[in-house]
Amino acid sequence: MDNVSKDYMIKLLEKGRRIDGRKFDEIRNIEISYDVSKHAEGSARVRVGDTEVLVGVKLEVGQPFPDKPNEGTIIVGAEMLPLSSPDFESGPPSIDSIELARVVDRAIRESKAIDLKKLCITEGEKVWMVLIDIYTINNQGNLQDAAALAALAALKQAKIPEYDGKKVDYSKRNNKLPIVSLPVECSVIKIKDNLLSDPNLDEEKIMDAKLTIGVTGDGEICAMQKGGKGILTIEDISKMLDISLKNSEKLRKLLK
Amino acid sequence: MYGKRIDGRDFDEIRKIEAKIGIVKSANGSAMFKIGDTIAIAAVRGPRDLYPKFMQNPKSGILRCNYNMMSFSVDERIRPGPSRRSREISLVTENALMPAVNLEEFPNAVVDVFVEIIQADAGTRCAGICAASLALADAGIPMRDMVCAVSVGKVGGKIVADINKYEEDYEDGSTDMPVAFLPRRNEISLLQLDGGIKKEEIIKALEMARKSCEKILEVQRKALMEKYQNG
Repeated sequence: MDNVSKDYMIKLLEKGRRIDGRKFDEIRNIEISYDVSKHAEGSARVRVGDTEVLVGVKLEVGQPFPDKPNEGTIIVGAEMLPLSSPDFESGPPSIDSIELARVVDRAIRESKAIDLKKLCITEGEKVWMVLIDIYTINNQGNLQDAAALAALAALKQAKIPEYDGKKVDYSKRNNKLPIVSLPVECSVIKIKDNLLSDPNLDEEKIMDAKLTIGVTGDGEICAMQKGGKGILTIEDISKMLDISLKNSEKLRKLLK
Repeated sequence: MYGKRIDGRDFDEIRKIEAKIGIVKSANGSAMFKIGDTIAIAAVRGPRDLYPKFMQNPKSGILRCNYNMMSFSVDERIRPGPSRRSREISLVTENALMPAVNLEEFPNAVVDVFVEIIQADAGTRCAGICAASLALADAGIPMRDMVCAVSVGKVGGKIVADINKYEEDYEDGSTDMPVAFLPRRNEISLLQLDGGIKKEEIIKALEMARKSCEKILEVQRKALMEKYQNG
């Protein structure tokens, strides 16, 4: 980001305006569509403004963790595709894609969104593994919230395939994946003293700090991650929590 | 027992801390930070030339952190080498230390911070940050403030400071919130949360973290004085 654009954006913020005309606590228009890939057990496409993310959920039979012999497992991965941004390169997962996946994972896991006990097939031996894969399609900022929403939308749609003890029959999917809470993530960034919801790419590039907040349906905070190289005060965090608690309800209403 | 924790601490009481400067002689700066049974060491190398060259920043030096847990630092051996977890913690460690350092004097250079966890009993990223902050000060890197970090949270419905492993694994659910403060200006440079907690409780826990960090700062200051007052 060149200095002229940066100065212009900051001057606008001082006048209480954002570069795309939104209010500080306003999120972009969001569209969710489902069943983007028929071989996935559940899938969703989320557009947040021009940011677009695809998430597919696959189920496989695997072994449980020794300390949780009667629970299914969750694995979240994220690919920041080079087709989605000039800043992304092919190759092994970048630190940003690892963080993206881990913060999505955190909200799903900590809110106990999936009833993992219902995914046990044979205790100590076989459980369903829920593999959630995130692919970015276009990055215009705030991939985090888009990815978390897409993951939840895909999970909500996902159906468990049939399993006869030997082979999974992916052509027959019957029961829905047991989703018991709906965690969404809302990010707020800080530029100078301004707090902005759902940052676009330009805003993200000049931000001082960011706070991603995972919120469940009962208004509990299930995950947080501070990003960026700047600082936050307790007062900032308090305001960011209020903003995200409010916006989280809007996101949840969009889910089928 | 009512009003106390499993290890006898009060709710807002942190574990016993020790800090020592200069534990890696060949490094530009180094430190050990121990909190309860969690032991972290950190070493700073640099400012030194940064390669590949395209990573260089002509306006300022860059800070590069690497967090690692030794394979034997926990009961179940950790496979050596970077994991997704360790890479994320390296990133948030970098973000936690960055606001405290000023690397403008070192264009095109890198300051490498290596954090190793020798023994883990929860709160390893926070102990690592405390050690790293001491190592940066020991290396003479220009700093605006120290960085102090502690993990606070909610265990069994109570807001507590400096969660240990037993509390972190508490079966009825616990909320773990690592926080780093730049204590002089009460600025927060690390904040993460795993669990389930209300907003008001987060604010209360942050206040508790702030007070805990004052105690950590005192130990850090003493360690630095020990080395430099008579040296």
